[in-house]
Amino acid sequence: MSKPHLELTNVQMAFDTKDGPFVALENVDLKIRKGEFVSLIGHSGCGKSTVLNIVAGLLQATRGGCVLDGHEVNTPGPERAVVFQNHSLMPWLTVYENVELAVQQVFKKTMSKAERKEWILHNLKLVNMDHALDKRPGEISGGMAQRVGIARALAMKPSVLLMDEPFGALDALTRAHLQDSLMKIQQDLNSTVIMITHDVDEAVLLSDRIVMMTNGPAATIGEELRIELPRPRNRVALADHPEYVRYRQAVLSFLYEKQTFPAKGESTEEQKPQARDETSDQPENAVETGKDRVLRIA
Amino acid sequence: MTHTTTLNQADSLSQGQRWLRALTEKVSGINLAEAGRQLLLPAIGIVLFLAFWHAAAPQVQTSLGAFPGPAQVMEQTGQLWQEHSNQRDRAAQFVTMQEKRNERILAENPNAETKIRDYPGAPTFIDQIFTSLGTVLAGFILATIIAVPLGIIIGLNRHFSAAVNPLIQVFKPVSPLAWLPLVTMVVSATYVSDDPMFEKSFLTSMITVTLCSLWPTLINTSVGVSAVNPDLLNVSKVLRLSFWTHVRKVVLPSSVPMIFTGLRVSLGIAWMVLIAAEMLAQSPGLGKFVWDEFQNGSSESLSRIMVAVLAIGFIGFLLDRIMLLIQKKVAWNE
Repeated sequence: MSKPHLELTNVQMAFDTKDGPFVALENVDLKIRKGEFVSLIGHSGCGKSTVLNIVAGLLQATRGGCVLDGHEVNTPGPERAVVFQNHSLMPWLTVYENVELAVQQVFKKTMSKAERKEWILHNLKLVNMDHALDKRPGEISGGMAQRVGIARALAMKPSVLLMDEPFGALDALTRAHLQDSLMKIQQDLNSTVIMITHDVDEAVLLSDRIVMMTNGPAATIGEELRIELPRPRNRVALADHPEYVRYRQAVLSFLYEKQTFPAKGESTEEQKPQARDETSDQPENAVETGKDRVLRIA
Repeated sequence: MTHTTTLNQADSLSQGQRWLRALTEKVSGINLAEAGRQLLLPAIGIVLFLAFWHAAAPQVQTSLGAFPGPAQVMEQTGQLWQEHSNQRDRAAQFVTMQEKRNERILAENPNAETKIRDYPGAPTFIDQIFTSLGTVLAGFILATIIAVPLGIIIGLNRHFSAAVNPLIQVFKPVSPLAWLPLVTMVVSATYVSDDPMFEKSFLTSMITVTLCSLWPTLINTSVGVSAVNPDLLNVSKVLRLSFWTHVRKVVLPSSVPMIFTGLRVSLGIAWMVLIAAEMLAQSPGLGKFVWDEFQNGSSESLSRIMVAVLAIGFIGFLLDRIMLLIQKKVAWNE
């Protein structure tokens, strides 16, 4: 394998709490090559989001670090575009203006006005959202908004596309639809993707590699599973493909046999949106989001 | 086949009837109930109130006669309007008279300097209303110009917020009457000019209005700015928006709904404070009208004050509606 595109080395993430430091991640090592689709899977609160936020530059690792194309990552930037769980579109901007905000910012100097417009429309077409350019996020469905969120991220021409449970809030049919779109786009653009998911099927269907994380505190990478199913993949054809079933079983076995989740933790899943709200009074500190989420398990 | 044809015929025949029926259903059905809720009940409330007022007012005896009932207030409303139009006529006559005189002078001596003086009569009730509106708008706009930018800074910077928060909490509940003597003295001492652009009394009332009404806008702006969705802040970070773009494109639009709620409360307070300030500062306006009538102590005074009370309430209500309309135009969540 050639020199890795993105490399996390010996990452530790500790948060200061009232009862001293809380170690959320310990010894996380991950190498990702260009064009690879990697899923991070694990139980709630295992620090998947923390890993993603470190790669995004929204969090600084307390030890170790992240290197992208030979440069250390320590601030957020558009070359590591993030698709957030709840689309995170500006509710006061239209679909077009939301993508425009990103394109304006990233390509202000390198593209002419006409080129930018074309590029915005191109990306919205890619996710089949060019029919609703003048709609506000409040006027379209969650699935449509998430498409626009993906278009906005793609429009930044990122080296790595980071997705934090991008389809978690959608219904099963919409999710399947978007997964298929994402698979096609990823294959066409050969983008490097890191995706967090809770969904075993989603992970097996989309990924080249599934990275399974142990439970926190001091979570780390437990196992890695290379998915060598041929592409393009078809969810219906794969449903009873013996290899597919075997991969699925491997992930399930890791999650439910090797890393059984504490019973009381079940409630964490439901409390997560609330945790988000509680942190909203200190929004300038993105660190809080990760910390709060992890602390609930501790 | 025949069946379909009959149906179609029946359809076309009854087109007009169906339309009529739909219309009557709309009028008699949902819309009547809706109209009842929207018009009838408030009308009943108003009528009951007027009846109670009419019955109770004569029971309250004051040194200026019985408390005015709706009829007397109605009469005084007409009276005040009459006085206003009479005044207008006289003012117009006064000006034409001067113009004629000036023409005469100019005819005799083309180089003569001529002047037109304003009518020196006392301001009428209607004039006072417009004076008050002008003062309240000036004070409110000044308050907004101060409160919105300051609120943004407070909302963006936690340290600054911690530093000014105690000051806000202490100054917010201060009554306009307490500020007024201080403002009067400061204005008298600092606003010294041979050819003043504004009356001192206007400045005093306006500044008092500003001091009392800026707090809700200030607090709401700072809360709105500090409560921007953290995911949107992360988007801004990922995009590496510059500080100004961040404020313009993310922070401000996101807090517009909160800012407008603050502005509406501020305008309400500004209007209430203004009346008190005008009474005490003797600056022209509705407050001074009320005070003058009180000092005048004629048998009509109480009715005239009551007209002012209703006018003040009605204008306050209108101001709030206007703000609501602006909010609907400007805010993205309306």
